[in-house]
Amino acid sequence: MRIQFKIFRFDPEHDTEPYYKTYTVEADEGERVLDCLNRIRWEQDGTLSLRMSCAHGVCGSDAMRIDGRCALACRKLVRDLEGDEVLIEPLPTFTVLKDLVVDLTPFFEKVDMVRPYLIASDPPEKERLQSHEDNLKMEEAIRCILCACCVGQCPVSNENEKFLGPAPLVQAFRRIFDSRDEAREERLRQLDYPDGVWACVNHFECTRVCPKEIPVTRSINTMKREIKKLE
Amino acid sequence: MTLRHDVVIVGSGLAGLRAALEVAGDADVALVSKVFPTRSHSGAAQGGIGAALGNEEPDSWEWHMYDTVKGGDYLTDQDAAEVLAKDAPRAVYELEHLGVPFNRTSDGRIAQRAFGGHTKNFGEAAIKRACHAADRTGRVILDTLFGEAVKRGIKVYSEYQLMDLVFTDGAASGVVLYEAANGRVHTVGARAVMLATGGFGKVFKTTSNCFANTGDGVYYCYRAGIPLQDMEFVQFHPTGIYELGVLISEAARGEGGILRNRDGRRFMEDYAPTIKDLAPRDMVSRAIVTEIRNGRGIDGRDFVHLDLTHIGRERLAEKLSDISSFVRDYLGIDAATDLIPVSPTCHYMMGGIPTDLDGRVLGAAMDPIPGLYAAGECACVSVHGANRLGCNSLVDLVVFGRRTGKQIRQDLDALQRLEMEGEPAERTVETIHRIKNRGRGERASTLRYELQRVMTEECSVYRTESGLDDALGRLEGLRARYESVTVDSQGTSYNMDLLEAIELESLLGLGETILLSARNRVESRGAHSREDYPERDDENWLKHTLIRKTEKGSEIFYKPVAITRFEPKARTY
Repeated sequence: MRIQFKIFRFDPEHDTEPYYKTYTVEADEGERVLDCLNRIRWEQDGTLSLRMSCAHGVCGSDAMRIDGRCALACRKLVRDLEGDEVLIEPLPTFTVLKDLVVDLTPFFEKVDMVRPYLIASDPPEKERLQSHEDNLKMEEAIRCILCACCVGQCPVSNENEKFLGPAPLVQAFRRIFDSRDEAREERLRQLDYPDGVWACVNHFECTRVCPKEIPVTRSINTMKREIKKLE
Repeated sequence: MTLRHDVVIVGSGLAGLRAALEVAGDADVALVSKVFPTRSHSGAAQGGIGAALGNEEPDSWEWHMYDTVKGGDYLTDQDAAEVLAKDAPRAVYELEHLGVPFNRTSDGRIAQRAFGGHTKNFGEAAIKRACHAADRTGRVILDTLFGEAVKRGIKVYSEYQLMDLVFTDGAASGVVLYEAANGRVHTVGARAVMLATGGFGKVFKTTSNCFANTGDGVYYCYRAGIPLQDMEFVQFHPTGIYELGVLISEAARGEGGILRNRDGRRFMEDYAPTIKDLAPRDMVSRAIVTEIRNGRGIDGRDFVHLDLTHIGRERLAEKLSDISSFVRDYLGIDAATDLIPVSPTCHYMMGGIPTDLDGRVLGAAMDPIPGLYAAGECACVSVHGANRLGCNSLVDLVVFGRRTGKQIRQDLDALQRLEMEGEPAERTVETIHRIKNRGRGERASTLRYELQRVMTEECSVYRTESGLDDALGRLEGLRARYESVTVDSQGTSYNMDLLEAIELESLLGLGETILLSARNRVESRGAHSREDYPERDDENWLKHTLIRKTEKGSEIFYKPVAITRFEPKARTY
């Protein structure tokens, strides 16, 4: 089938304003949006820039806005597109560096703020024991691939650049609900401020767009309840 | 611009990260990656990390070592396999201590499951040895080690691409990098350079590998005259999603999945009567191709079915959730009720940069090159021989990544900072200028499509002399055409067009070393199956291939296999 891709273009070296350019691609129903974008780059216009790597939704590189919704281009299939023109834009909220490539530095800085590593005293010689039930508490959060689709789609993140944001909060959840971590209370208190967990007002947009189906909003609400228990 | 560090590690997958953690604190280490570190391809590893913990049933490192040697069709260096198998339990406990969220047994220990080629008591039956976190094992280990790197404040150059290696009087003295964000070329002086640049599956058309896997580090070694080892041994994973190549983990069969042909028959019973679907990957891939060639593919076509329907929805959700979502999203099918169409996909390179057991890169005389180290898929220790076993890669990365880091730390006092002579970035700057300013020519993508097609047609699961000769001829044509490759983009910001044109030089160079090594080895061993030489020939070919670039062209020579405990014998399962 023939599809039109209307793509956001911006090269800070040459353009004062971003613009949209439309490309026509022949594609099979089962192909990924990423396949189409690559075909544009490889066969029509090599000046188009985007990030990509694994091409099957594990590395988290190719997050972008497809018809207004944040998604991974490698997990969105042609058969799932609506209409005969598809709108491709960079992730909102972030500064555009070139075309579909955005500056994720502020995002990664926020992930680092929640201390994305285990805090624990000296381990035994073999493994620390953890029950299957405790292990399951992290099961959804460990799926996070830091693609930033959730942040791009979050109305609060769009308005308030200080908001920690959904993915960094998921990263915090992962450690708070790891029975091996010894900084649980300290971690919860670190999130207890207006731009931390409390900035989330349950739009559920993060949960809807998460390509790994993490119940992001529910996780944030769980942390809110745990913080209240500390009081 | 010239930068300086004590140690530069290129590649931020598990091997590079693990080495960086070992060196950090004692020296100024910089980690360089063409993608943000957590996008590295180690993260795509699904099924598990192998270690004889014995949490599910009695196990021993000797059994693990034996399986690794036999799995590699006796081309595995047995001293390396011993290091791997002995150190694996410590390495897995270390990962657990750092916070890797492994699945658990009912008594709270690390859960383990069966995997291809891993057996108890020297081949008696399949054993549960793969430690795992659902089917996201690589990703959670990558996230955990990167978290440690954040904690330790390790300097990361993210989205910097390796362009060249710099040598001074035969010793590594630095690297040349290209900064994707702004097109700047940097020279980085270092006392020690470690390559952890991963595999190069992008030489092939259908592959489970990511776009970043173009083997730059490996090719730049070859270009600099360093030999490459065992390049003919390319692993084709049996269960790529048909046509897409996206991996369906061996864990699917470890959890009980069964391969079926058009008649619904469990055909692996005919090829590996003892461990059936859990035979090593080279054997399963050959079995699938044989079924297809004999008209027993599904509807007579070029794929077979992977049947997970008896595993149950609950266990699929718990243990194989990512792959369940892959088949749902890409094929629109439900793994709990539908059969999955699969065929072999290029997955892993057993060959690469020759190293000793401590990551020191070996030069043409098989002596260490001062200041140059390598570990992970880009390296050839050789711990995987002619065929790597599933879940032996992750353990290779952390075991040999750590050993390499230790060796660098130990060597650093003796490694002086060497002056980089002349203009080390000259070649890079000229190459970029030439490609950008060429008038009319072909796009890199056109040549890359053709390279990938040639390699897939003539150098996949089965190979023949005439096919390899034909491929070499076609590749020579592509190399000539590469001299006139052009780009659309003159820009400096995220110029992927340019970077892909530069990567194509690596792919073409490595493709040639694979073809030449495959043509030269006139026997069948592990993943290298010559239809014209179907038998393994220990008398003449129980040796490693080394291929080296000389002024007169490529030269092939050999080195013996280290055999310590297990004498080669017939490989049946």
